[in-house]
Amino acid sequence: MVNTKVMLAGIEMDNPVIPASGTFGYGQEFAELYDINCLGTFSFKGTTSEPRFGNPTPRIAECSAGMINAVGLQNPGVDAVVSHELPEMKKFFHKPVMANVCGFSLEEYAHVCEVLDSEEQIGWFEINISCPNVHGGGMSFGTSPCAAADVVKAVKKVTTKPVIIKLSPNVTDIVSIAKACEAEGADGISMINTMLGMRIDLRTKKPIIANKMGGFSGPAIKPVALRMVYQVYEAVSVPIVGMGGLMNAEDVIEMMLAGATAVEVGTANLIDPFVCKKIVDELPAVMEKYGIKNLTDIIGGAH
Amino acid sequence: MQQQILQVKENVKLTDSIYRMVLVGDMSAIKNSGEFVNLEIPGYFLRRPISVCDFNANELTLIYKVVGKGTEVMSGAVAGDSYDVLLGLGNGYDTTVSGSHALLLGGGVGVPPLYNLCRRLISEGKKVTVVLGFNTANEIFYENEFNALGADVRVTTVDGSYGIKGFVTDAIADIDYTYFYTCGPEPMLKAVYRATKTSGQFSFESRMGCGFGACMGCSCKTNFGNKRICKDGPVFVKEEILW
Ligand SMILES: Cc1cc2nc3c(=O)[nH]c(=O)nc-3n(C[C@H](O)[C@H](O)[C@H](O)COP(=O)(O)OP(=O)(O)OC[C@H]3O[C@@H](n4cnc5c(N)ncnc54)[C@H](O)[C@@H]3O)c2cc1C
Ligand SMILES: Cc1cc2nc3c(=O)[nH]c(=O)nc-3n(C[C@H](O)[C@H](O)[C@H](O)COP(=O)(O)O)c2cc1C
Ligand code: FES
Repeated sequence: MVNTKVMLAGIEMDNPVIPASGTFGYGQEFAELYDINCLGTFSFKGTTSEPRFGNPTPRIAECSAGMINAVGLQNPGVDAVVSHELPEMKKFFHKPVMANVCGFSLEEYAHVCEVLDSEEQIGWFEINISCPNVHGGGMSFGTSPCAAADVVKAVKKVTTKPVIIKLSPNVTDIVSIAKACEAEGADGISMINTMLGMRIDLRTKKPIIANKMGGFSGPAIKPVALRMVYQVYEAVSVPIVGMGGLMNAEDVIEMMLAGATAVEVGTANLIDPFVCKKIVDELPAVMEKYGIKNLTDIIGGAH
Repeated sequence: MQQQILQVKENVKLTDSIYRMVLVGDMSAIKNSGEFVNLEIPGYFLRRPISVCDFNANELTLIYKVVGKGTEVMSGAVAGDSYDVLLGLGNGYDTTVSGSHALLLGGGVGVPPLYNLCRRLISEGKKVTVVLGFNTANEIFYENEFNALGADVRVTTVDGSYGIKGFVTDAIADIDYTYFYTCGPEPMLKAVYRATKTSGQFSFESRMGCGFGACMGCSCKTNFGNKRICKDGPVFVKEEILW
């Protein structure tokens, strides 16, 4: 018997597998396909203060071993999440859920977290700091250690739940940003968000995506994600939730060896809606194959 | 929705760029005409959405146009090949509201999803008039097949090389229909929207990430709020469309 349990920022999970924000909605579409209580948890769609339609379409472009999306954080807004999504979710998901939060100002991050803080279903906050700061000339909070630290400070003030900061890979020095977040009291780091990318249509000779640029995800970015998790693991002591292109149980183990305590699986859900269940099911056998008894033992094992 | 491995039974060329693929397997997940399926293409990352043209318990017919890399791979499929397919996607057409005489308007590769719909409307005892629009004579497909179902079929070509010259909307003035169903390129759908006197249902396309409602890649605004073309559509009623 192998042990797949891991401890993430004070909460024990049956296994480290977490569907990533933006690829799993609020769980409903997948709960119709399988019992999603087999998951460690899941991270719900990035939620803002107000409802957002997001970007114009086309929002999706295919790439070799991945895709680009420019959904633009479409979500129903935090009030609808509290009044509708969370009560619905209660019917089919009985574990603490990860609340992915996004904001375009420090006030917005704080407001969304404050509203969600009293919801007992929520186990962790995952704060997406890749959003542009409307008061900072549109620069993403995630691109400077100071701006990232300001978000941590604003959020930690309004909640006692564990706060995991989700880092953008589109930076020159991700380690300095992770350290700044830890110094302000972040309870964990999750990484990586999508990488900025583009595709151009040869027929129209224009970018495929209406927003021109979008976030590149999928197996093509796995080596970048592994490298960044490896670097951040050496610099911080809080747990890391690793993601970027994970497709199967072997990938999960590889990411944990780089330094992740838990992992998120994103884009893979879109092309195989059952992939997270398959990973959870396959994990024990793959652990046996590589002589792993306790998943916790391999965290950062590559260092 | 179900994930199934389906076997290719036949894959035949209908016109220069249009093919018909018949797949066999468990089709129990498909409930309605106007639904679509999402095919995994070897060597390509995203699945390709294709409308259900016809189906029964163990056979599925798709008609597709070769427009890019994925459909080119499909065109090379031979009997015995297999595809990983997500089945039972989208809402499909609602026939309960059609009244006694349904008008079906299809343009180009918008024609396929109307085929099973036509079969169903006729089996429900309704009169069906079908108008199929193409650019030119050698692009025409399925005229005979719609005739064989017992529909009253008209064909339009933009260049007048066959049938009525013009667009589908140029061939409907004298038809006494109670409701309509349409699928085709967006400019055609807009023209149908303006030219029709009754309510009706429109089938839309969008670039898709997942095809089952998870990624918000295919959203559109409607009179009844934001909707996902893949899950809340691809069929929308005239009253909800914002044109
Ligand atoms: C609900 C729905 C039903 C459809 N039904 C049919 C059908 O019955 N017959 C048919 O011939 N075509 C149909 N299409 C269009 C079909 O999906 C595209 O032609 C096909 O995906 C093109 O793939 P490709 O690899 O050949 O093209 P490429 O241009 O190489 O594809 C690159 C990417 O763009 C996407 N893409 C390109 N064109 C379209 C398009 N028009 N719509 C959506 N995605 C696109 C592809 O899926 C792929 O992800 C349908 C589309 C949708 C959304
Ligand atoms: C369609 C789509 C929507 C996403 N939306 C969000 C989001 O709302 N919030 C967020 O923090 N990350 C979002 N992401 C990023 C993913 O959670 C994940 O960090 C990234 O895709 C890398 O993992 P992957 O390669 O496994 O997908 C989104 C990704 C995709 C593909
Ligand atoms: S394509 Fe993913 S929600 Fe429609």
